Amino acid sequence: MASNSSSSAQQRLRIIAGHLQKRPEEENASVAAQECKAEAPRSEPSSATPVPRRRQEIMKWNGWGYSDSRFLFNKKGQAEFTGKRYRLSGLILPSLKDWFEGTFGANLQHRSPATPSLNLSAVAPPHLNQPFVEDLKAAGLSVSHDPEDRVFRAHGHCLHEVFALREGRIGRVPDVVVWPSCHNDVEKIVELACKHNVCLIPYGGGTSVSSALECPREETRSIVSLDTSQMNRILWIDEKNLTAHVEAGIIGQDLERQLNERGYCTGHEPDSMEFSSLGGWVATRASGMKKNIYGNIEDLVVHIKMVTPRGVIEKSCLGPRMSTGPDIHHFILGSEGTLGVVTEVTLKIRPIPEYQKYGSVVFPNFQQGVACLREVARQRCAPASIRLMDNEQFQFGHALKPQVSSIFTSFLDGLKKFYITKFKGFDPHHLCVATLLFEGDRGKVLQHEKQVYDIAAKFGGLAAGEDNGQRGYMLTFVIAYLRDLGMDYYVIGESFETSVPWDRVLDLCRNVKERIVRECKERGVQFPPLSTCRVTQTYDAGACVYFYFAFNYRGLSDPVHIYEQVEHAAREEILANGGSLSHHHGVGKLRKEWMKESVSGVGLGMLKSVKEYVDPQNIFGNGNLL
Amino acid sequence: MASRALYSPRHPVLKKRDDFEDVLEERRRSSDLRYALRCYTPTLYKGLVPCKVSMLKSIVLQSDHLQCVIKQVSSESGDSTECVAEEASLILDEMAHRMQLSTVRFFVFTLSKAFKRLFRSVCVNEEGIQRLQQAVQEHPVVLLPSHRSYMDFLMMSYLLYMFDLPLPVIAAGMDFMSMKFIGEMLRMSGAFFIRRSFGGDKLYWAVFSEYVKTMLRKGYAPIEFFLEGTRSRTCKSLTPKTGLLNIVMEPFFKGELFDVSLVPVSISYERVLEESLYARELLGVPKPKESTSGLLKARRVLSEDYGSMHVYFGHPVSVRSLAEGKIKRSQYNLLPRYIPQKPSVDTHEFLNDAAFRLVRIQEENMVLKPWVLIATLLLQNPDGMDLSSLTEQTDWLRHLALAFGAFLDWPDHEACSEVISCSLALHRRLLSVSAGHVQLSVTDAPQVETTPEEAVFQRAVVVLSCASYRNQILHVFLRPALLAVAMQSANSSRKDDIYNCFNFLRNMFSNEFILCPGDSVQDFEEACYLLMKRGVLQVLEHEIVMSASGQSTLAFLCSVLEPFLQGYQVVCRYLCEETNENLTEKEFIPAVRSFALKLILAGRLKCCEALSSDLQKNALAALLRLKAVRKVKVGDQVTLKVNKIAVNSLEDTMGKSDVISK
Repeated sequence: MASNSSSSAQQRLRIIAGHLQKRPEEENASVAAQECKAEAPRSEPSSATPVPRRRQEIMKWNGWGYSDSRFLFNKKGQAEFTGKRYRLSGLILPSLKDWFEGTFGANLQHRSPATPSLNLSAVAPPHLNQPFVEDLKAAGLSVSHDPEDRVFRAHGHCLHEVFALREGRIGRVPDVVVWPSCHNDVEKIVELACKHNVCLIPYGGGTSVSSALECPREETRSIVSLDTSQMNRILWIDEKNLTAHVEAGIIGQDLERQLNERGYCTGHEPDSMEFSSLGGWVATRASGMKKNIYGNIEDLVVHIKMVTPRGVIEKSCLGPRMSTGPDIHHFILGSEGTLGVVTEVTLKIRPIPEYQKYGSVVFPNFQQGVACLREVARQRCAPASIRLMDNEQFQFGHALKPQVSSIFTSFLDGLKKFYITKFKGFDPHHLCVATLLFEGDRGKVLQHEKQVYDIAAKFGGLAAGEDNGQRGYMLTFVIAYLRDLGMDYYVIGESFETSVPWDRVLDLCRNVKERIVRECKERGVQFPPLSTCRVTQTYDAGACVYFYFAFNYRGLSDPVHIYEQVEHAAREEILANGGSLSHHHGVGKLRKEWMKESVSGVGLGMLKSVKEYVDPQNIFGNGNLL
Repeated sequence: MASRALYSPRHPVLKKRDDFEDVLEERRRSSDLRYALRCYTPTLYKGLVPCKVSMLKSIVLQSDHLQCVIKQVSSESGDSTECVAEEASLILDEMAHRMQLSTVRFFVFTLSKAFKRLFRSVCVNEEGIQRLQQAVQEHPVVLLPSHRSYMDFLMMSYLLYMFDLPLPVIAAGMDFMSMKFIGEMLRMSGAFFIRRSFGGDKLYWAVFSEYVKTMLRKGYAPIEFFLEGTRSRTCKSLTPKTGLLNIVMEPFFKGELFDVSLVPVSISYERVLEESLYARELLGVPKPKESTSGLLKARRVLSEDYGSMHVYFGHPVSVRSLAEGKIKRSQYNLLPRYIPQKPSVDTHEFLNDAAFRLVRIQEENMVLKPWVLIATLLLQNPDGMDLSSLTEQTDWLRHLALAFGAFLDWPDHEACSEVISCSLALHRRLLSVSAGHVQLSVTDAPQVETTPEEAVFQRAVVVLSCASYRNQILHVFLRPALLAVAMQSANSSRKDDIYNCFNFLRNMFSNEFILCPGDSVQDFEEACYLLMKRGVLQVLEHEIVMSASGQSTLAFLCSVLEPFLQGYQVVCRYLCEETNENLTEKEFIPAVRSFALKLILAGRLKCCEALSSDLQKNALAALLRLKAVRKVKVGDQVTLKVNKIAVNSLEDTMGKSDVISK
C-alpha cells in the first residue's frame, strides 16, 4: 500500500517535473539528433517519399549524397559546405585547407575534376529480355531502361566505383530497372525472372562498399535491378508489443522520422542511415551507432519476409525467440541479395528517449583510451554510443571546426587547449578523444554519465565537453562528402572495418596503420598516407575498429590499382592479427576471396548448399559472398 | 629488401660489401678516460616505452603469460601459487641484467686500453653501423653476432657505445656468472644469464622467454644472442639453435610487434685469443672453468700481437619479410596469446631455415685474412713447403677464393711475398721457418723427453690450431669441394650419379658444415656454376666432364674435405670394430680418441684432425640422424646401439679410396 502510494506520488512528481523541464530539453534533444543528418523539408507530409524513382534528380550520379550538398574550396581558398540540409551547410571551415594540404601534401592548384555529366553514349545499349519486359509491363509494374537510371544502380560507393564514374568510365550496367511497390509485386517479378531466366539484383539504398552492386562481368543474361525504394510504408505499429511492421525499401531517415512522429524510434542508426534501406541492413547484417541500447539489426528484427525463387520464406509467429532448429533469419541476415528480396520486416521499436546528451573525453594516448573502453565494456555500462578516435582522426575532426562566431569562444578554445596540453601535459600528437552519446531518462543519463567519466578518469581521461563529442559524430556523416572533395584534388581514400577481441585491439590498430603506410611507400605513393582508426563499438568480448585511409595520388599512373593493393594488404594484416573479415560492411565481391578462410570450407559449403536449394537457376546472380 | 637478399639466387661472386674503417685509430689519438665519460646519447626506437630495470622485473612477473604458467605449474606440482611465483621471482633475479651506464663507462675505459694493446686495428663497416642506426629507430632489433671468442660481446657493446647506438642486453651462459666479480660486472653492462640446459623446466622457460619478449616489446634495448649457442672452438660456424630465435620472432607472429629486425654480425679475428686453448679442449684437455683468476692469468695474452679484427654489421633482415608466405599468423588467432604454445611443425621448419640462412650470412660476411689461405695450404702439405712454392700457391688460391666469392682482406699494394711473410710472422708460434722452408711445428716444445703419445698430441694441437684458420674459409670451398669429391667417387660422369653422390656427402656432413636444409639442388647448381665459370668443369645436359686444366683445382678441393672424410671413416671404423655392446654415450669420445691415436701411432692414419672431439661428435650426430646408430636409455645411462651393417656401408660410400691403410 505504502509503496503504491509512494510510487504514484513519484509518478505525479515526474509528470510535473516533465512539464517544467520538457520544453528546453526537447529542443536540446531535437538539435542534437538532427545536426548530423539532413533535415527533411518540414512542409512535406511524412508519408511522401524523399527517394524519387529518378534518384539522380536529387542525388549525385558520381559521388556521395545530395547534389546540393558538397564541400568546396571557395575563391579565398577556404573550405565550405554548400546546401541547407546539414548543420555544417553554408558554413566556412577555416582550418580544413591547412589540414588538407599538410596531411596529404595536396595543393589547391592541382585539381583533378570529375567529368561534369554522364556521357550517355558511353552506356552500352540494354540487353533486353523482351518477353520478360512485356510480362512486367503487363503486370502493371513500373519499368525503365533509361541509361541514367541504369547507371545509377550499377554501383555502390567503393572507391574504384566512384573513381570510374568521375572519369566517365561506365562498365556493365543493369539492363532494366524495375520498381515494385509491395510484396506482391516482388513475388510477381521473381516469378517472371525465373520464367524468363533473367538475373535479378536487389537495390536498396545503393550505399554498399563491398562491390555488392557491381554487375558480374561474366553474366550473359539480361540483368534487372530491382529497386525497392517505392516499398517504403510502415504497415502497422503494435504499441502493445512495441513492434512495427515495415516495408523493406524504406530508408533509415524516413523510418526514424515517421516513427518519431508516433513517439517511437528503432534506434538503429548506421552511419549511412540517410540513404541506406531496411532491406539492405538485413541483407548485410548492419550495425547501428547506438547498438549498445538497441542492438544490431539481428537483435532488432522479430520477423522477416523474403521472396526467393523457391517461394516466400518467413516464420509463422511473432514470438520473441524460438528454438526451432537453426534460426532461419540467419540464412537471410547477411545473404547480400544472393537468395532473394527482403520485402517486409517486423522490427522492435522503443519510445523516443526523454533525454540525449553528447560528451567527450580526452586521453593522453590511444592505449589509455582503449583501456578505458575495455573497462567500460567490462562493467557493461557503455553509453548508447562510445567511440575512440586516434590522434590523426582527432586532428581531422578539429579541421572541421566551423568558423568561430565570437572572440569569446575562440578564447575559451585556446584556454581549453592550454589546460590540456600545458597544464595536464598531454602531448598534442598523442592525445586522443572518445566521443560519447547518452540516451534515456534524464536522471539515469546524468548518473550514467558520471559513472563513465569516473571510469575514464582512472585511465587519465579528462572530460572535454559536448561540442567535441558532437563534432566526432558529425565526421562520420560528412566523411563521404569529404572524399568527393579529396578526389577533386588528387586525394583518394576509403574506409574499412573489422571486429577484434579486446586484447588484440591495440596491436591490430598499430599494425594495420603501419602496414598501410609501408605498402604506400613501397608502391611509390609520393606522400605519406592518412592512416587512421577509431574504435567504434564495444562488445563484451571485443570491439569494432574502423579505419580511414587516404593518400595523394599525384604522379601515379594507376592510383586505383595501388589503392586496391594497399587495401588488400591491410585486410591481410587485419586477418593475421585476429580481426574479422567484416563487422558490418559485408563481403560482397570485394572480400569474397577470404570467405573460405574465414568460415572454413565446411561453412562455405553449407552456405552454398542453401543457395543451391533456394536459387538453383542463380536468378539472384549478383555473385556476392559465395 | 632484406629478405630478398636472403632468398635471392646466389651469385656469390657478385656480392658487394662495404668498406671498413679502423675504430682504434681515433682511440690512439685521444684520451680514453674522456672518451669513457663522454656524453652518450643513443638513437632510440620510435616506439620505446621507457622503463626502469626494476619495473621490467615486475612487468615480467605480472605478465599474463607468466601468471598462467605459474598456475599451471602450481596445479601440476601441488605447490601453492605463491611458492611458485616466489620461485619465478628468484629465477628472474638470477637471470636479469642490471645495466648501468657507469659500469659500461668503466668497461669502455679498460677495453679501450686492452683493445689497443691486443689489436693492430679493429675494423668496422660504417655503412653497416648507419643501417643499424636506421633500423634501431624503426623496429626492435636483435643482434646476432658470430661467436668465436669471449671478446665478441665485449667488442659488440664497445662498438655500439662508440657509435651512439643503444647498448644491447646480451644472453650469456650461466658459466660466466660463477666468475665472482666479472659476472656482476657483465650483468651491470647488460648481460643476462641463462642456464645451459633447462629442457623440461616449464617455469624457467616461461620466465626466460617472457623476460626477453618484454624487453623486445617495450623496445627496451636491442637483444643480442649467439645463434650458434656457444663459442665455436673450430672457427667453423655451428649448427644454429632455434629456441631464442623463436622467442624473439614470436612477438611478431602474434602481432604484438609490427616487425623485428635481425642483424647478423660477423666478427673475425686475424689471430683468435683462445687459439691453442680451443685445440687443447678439442683434444680432451677439459676446458678451464671460467674464473676471475683464470682471466687474470690470461693477462699474458695482453702482451701478444693479435693482428687485426673485423666486425661486419650485415643488412638488417626483417622478420616480417622473412615470414611472408611462410608463416600463417592467423594460426595464433584461436588461442589467447598469453598461453604458451609449442611452435607448429611449419613454424619450426621456418625457424630452422631462417636460422641456417642467418648463419650463412654471418659466414659470407666474415673477413678472411691471407693467413687463412696459407694455413689451408700448410695443412695439405704436412711435410712443409718451400717459401717460393708457398707464395706461388697462395697467390693461386687467392684467386680461386676470390672467384668463389670469398671476403678476403688482402692488402692491395703489397707484394704477395710481403703479405705472406707478414702473416707467417704473426702466427710464428705455429710454424718453423728455416732455410726458406715453412712447416707447421711446435716451436716452444719443452726440452724434456716426451712419450710418442705426447708428441702426437703436441702435433695435434698445432694442426688443430691451424685448422681453425682453414675452417674459416671452408664455407667458400665447401660446395665445389663436395662436388669434386662426388665426381671422384661416382662411378660415371652422369649428372644424376654425381648429384646422388653429392647429395649423400651433403647429407653426411650436414652436422659438420652449414648446409641449409632443403637446399641440396641449389647447392649443387651453385657448385657446378662456380667450377664451370672457373673452367674446371663442363656441365652438359646429362653429364659433367672435367676440363683438361681442371685437375689441380679438383685435387685441391678434394683435399680440403679429406680430413673430414678420414675423420668420419675413423669413427665408422671404430664403431664397426668396437665389441662393447654397452658403449655409453659418455665413453664414446674418449674411446674414439684412443682408437684414432692407436691408428696414428701405428702409422695407419696421418690425419690428426680425427682426434678432434668436435668432429667425432658431429660424426656421431650424423650417424644417429641417419639411423645407423641408436640411442638407448638404460637406467640413467645412454648407450649407443650400432647397426654395423649400416655403418659399414656408410663408410664404404664415403670413401672408396680407403685412406686408412690396413
